Amino acid sequence: MDRRDFLRRAAKAGISIAAAGSLSLWLHDRVGPGRGEEEGELVRVPDFSLPEIGRRIAIVTGTNRRETVGRAIEALGGMEVFIKKGDRVLLKVNAAFASPPTLSATTNPELLAEVAGLCLKAGAVSVAVSDNPINDPVSCFTLSGIAEAARSAGAKVMLPAEGAFRTTTVPGSTLLRGWPILWEPLRGITKLIGLAPVKNHHRSGASMAMKNWYGLLGGRRNIFHQDINTIIKDLALMVRPTLVILDGTTTMMTNGPTGGSLADLKQTNTMIVSTDQVAADACGATLLGMTPADLPFITRAAAAGIGTAEFESLRPVRLSVG
Amino acid sequence: MRIVTVRRISQGFFLLLLLWFCLVSTVGVEWWQIRGWPVSWFLELDPLVALGTILSTHTLYRGLLWSLVTVGLTILLGRFFCSWVCPFGTIHHLVGFLGNRGKSLAARVASNRYRRGQRIKYYLLTFLLTAAAGNLMLGLVRIPAERPVLFAAGATALLLGGAAFALSRGAAIPRRYLALVPVLFGVWTGLGFALPAERVFLTSLQTGLLDPIPLVQRSLNLALLPVVGTATAPPRYYEGAWLIGTVFLAAVFANLWVPRFYCRFVCPLGAFMGVLGRFALWRIGRRSDECKGCQLCETACEGACEPTAEIRVSECVLCMNCVDSCRHDLMGYRTVRSASGERTSPDIGRRGLLLSFASGVAAIPMVRLSGLLGSNWNPGLIRPPGSLAEPDFLKRCIKCGQCMRICPTNIIHPAGMEGGLEGVWTPTLNFRIGRSGCQLRCVACGHLCPTGAIRPFTLDEKLGRKEFREAGPMRVGTAFVDQGRCLPWAMDRPCIVCQENCPVSPKAIFTREYYSTARDGILVVEGADPLTVFVTGGSLEPGRLATGDYYCTLVGGNEEPPRRIVDNTNHSVTVSPGSPWVHMPGRGSSIAIQVRLQRPYVDPALCTGCGICEHECPVSGKRAIRVSAENESRNRRHSLLPKGG
Repeated sequence: MDRRDFLRRAAKAGISIAAAGSLSLWLHDRVGPGRGEEEGELVRVPDFSLPEIGRRIAIVTGTNRRETVGRAIEALGGMEVFIKKGDRVLLKVNAAFASPPTLSATTNPELLAEVAGLCLKAGAVSVAVSDNPINDPVSCFTLSGIAEAARSAGAKVMLPAEGAFRTTTVPGSTLLRGWPILWEPLRGITKLIGLAPVKNHHRSGASMAMKNWYGLLGGRRNIFHQDINTIIKDLALMVRPTLVILDGTTTMMTNGPTGGSLADLKQTNTMIVSTDQVAADACGATLLGMTPADLPFITRAAAAGIGTAEFESLRPVRLSVG
Repeated sequence: MRIVTVRRISQGFFLLLLLWFCLVSTVGVEWWQIRGWPVSWFLELDPLVALGTILSTHTLYRGLLWSLVTVGLTILLGRFFCSWVCPFGTIHHLVGFLGNRGKSLAARVASNRYRRGQRIKYYLLTFLLTAAAGNLMLGLVRIPAERPVLFAAGATALLLGGAAFALSRGAAIPRRYLALVPVLFGVWTGLGFALPAERVFLTSLQTGLLDPIPLVQRSLNLALLPVVGTATAPPRYYEGAWLIGTVFLAAVFANLWVPRFYCRFVCPLGAFMGVLGRFALWRIGRRSDECKGCQLCETACEGACEPTAEIRVSECVLCMNCVDSCRHDLMGYRTVRSASGERTSPDIGRRGLLLSFASGVAAIPMVRLSGLLGSNWNPGLIRPPGSLAEPDFLKRCIKCGQCMRICPTNIIHPAGMEGGLEGVWTPTLNFRIGRSGCQLRCVACGHLCPTGAIRPFTLDEKLGRKEFREAGPMRVGTAFVDQGRCLPWAMDRPCIVCQENCPVSPKAIFTREYYSTARDGILVVEGADPLTVFVTGGSLEPGRLATGDYYCTLVGGNEEPPRRIVDNTNHSVTVSPGSPWVHMPGRGSSIAIQVRLQRPYVDPALCTGCGICEHECPVSGKRAIRVSAENESRNRRHSLLPKGG
């Protein structure tokens, strides 16, 4: 080995050692891993309510959902009061189950199409329809007729993709702390309308406008059933909608919230539209043959100041069509 | 255009077509979803699927009639399928080609020389077909016992006829053949009477393990596409798919060692076609003996069929490389026999054939000794709805993974050992992995199954409507509540997510109300008014009892229903204004704080085993409600109920 060869090799060895050393120092972690999962940046669902309009409720009886919902919104001043030019609207439907519209376990597609159409007519630039269903999402949106209705009305269906969830903490809530919610459809919207059917629910007594927000939760949300009234109250705390539309045209009286048979349904011919989700649910309870006091989540949401259980105190506009 | 260019176009087309069929096997109504795409077409073209199921079921199911096209063309043309259609062959072809690049001509010739191991595929074919033909053999063995007159008459006629023929021709028939025929008939008769034949000759269709079309479709469906995935679709999981992927990759990588390794040594479909093509009208061969011996044609011979020597017709995959590469235009695909001679029969020996036949006969009865088809059946093996009873299912399932791919909730999975060795990679339901349970209004799996192992069923049949009312809904199993894990049963916590999600009406899961006195829930009364009871101690956490699930009742009091608590402070409990105390608790008496529980029960007469409850159960590790195959419709002996379920 001559000197030059030795020097060359020594230089290569030195570079190798320097490279290994600097890489190790660069990657060196003195502390070690932390305690748990990173939650990332927390998101907050904005307040979509319109305080200047106040708490209002319209109750319209009739069999034709397009007519009843149209009249109810008209009675509250028309969709233009709620949706302004340039608004981006999210319609939160109940698409929980892969079940045909005749079984009323999901938001009625005709109702959805009508409301989406009204939003667009009032000047909304975009109308999205979303939910995080319990059954397979594609089957749910297809079988329920919601996908087709949304498409025909010019609204966009947003399925819950894997990356669509972000973590939230709801101030003042008991249970919603660091929990993932369906965020993608909420991103950038300016108005939020909830559309829910009136259904029997064995655990909570009823599934209506407030329970509908359950479909915004991600994760293994079923653990909240251990304290169902608290989670519904928390959800109502999390979501302050522009409007809720509670569809009691056909009410699921038994075997809820899935239903599955026409025998579970009853024609109650009532459409409830309100800016106060608690009042809407309180009114909806009567369709199920209950009083608001029978449903602890209503009492608790009212106590939390989200709305009023005394929906009669809002002097509902009562109309009848057909 | 050069013939090999045409071949490459054909190969590329069929490979992409298969890929497309796998991709569109997704429930939906878009043009890139299932709609009317013939996604099982390659499986239907596969004559081994057809032959296997013919042997095992004595019928040719639906679209499997397509295989006739392949069979007809193979008889006329030889193994064209291997180099022109078979997508698995195309993959091997490509990888083998890449692996041989840069090698010397001599090395390439060496890699494409004929190897004795190429006979293995014929033995594998024999083994697999024998295993599928158990039924057929049973019928044959039983002839002496069941049709003795016919058998005796036939045997006598054959013996006499044979003797007369021999005498008339005056031919010298070796003595041992003269003795062999009566001995064979004797053995046949003996077997027919002495053997418990129905325990020996059992049928199991296992061709799908090695048949290239099911193999490649299964690998694409379960191992490759879920990994590569499509960005828009939700991710799909398949339990144990690593093994499927490993087998696939091993087969593909083996091409670097020997090109078309799988086709030459393993492929039972290729073997079958090698046999079918022995009368082919057109064959590859040499025009004349003027060969210069350059061996250029053997540098790329896909079948390793020795085109320069006596060509082995059964090994030739019609890649046309020899025709293309011969500089003297000596090689051709013609009706005239090769100038250098040809061997039409595969290079197999009688011993090897007998050995694989005997193994095929013996394998299934030995596997069945585990008793999995009898009393030792595994309730963890939950077949998709519409599946035939297990013995019939095993006669048809080719493990192609079509049902697993199409299932919209991703609950159909390739079985490991749940169904025994025979059941490897057959479908079983797993409600933990998927996105829900078996959807009430879905019939996809039955309509995709190419062999009818899962028969096509209608929504009416699945739900037990209309003409199926009497039979009731189709069941894949029954849900069982694990009371040691269920929150309301074991931990005094309300839940009933399972009941809520039960999709049938009326619900198969029902609840019974139970008021369970809370831990440390007996409180001593200090005083009371109609709505509020004041208690000693002051240890209550304010508001904790206000969830709507807590009730209180007087200990030792009359049988009044518990009153719902609406609020509490650290020393008082307020009940709902709707139910004030009638007999106010006196000072010194005790009240019990109770949690209202709805405890789930399963009604086996209504449960279909759809598994939605299991999927949704918030006890997310080992679920507190789990489905097992008890009461499945397909097997009356697994019924839980006296009346057919």
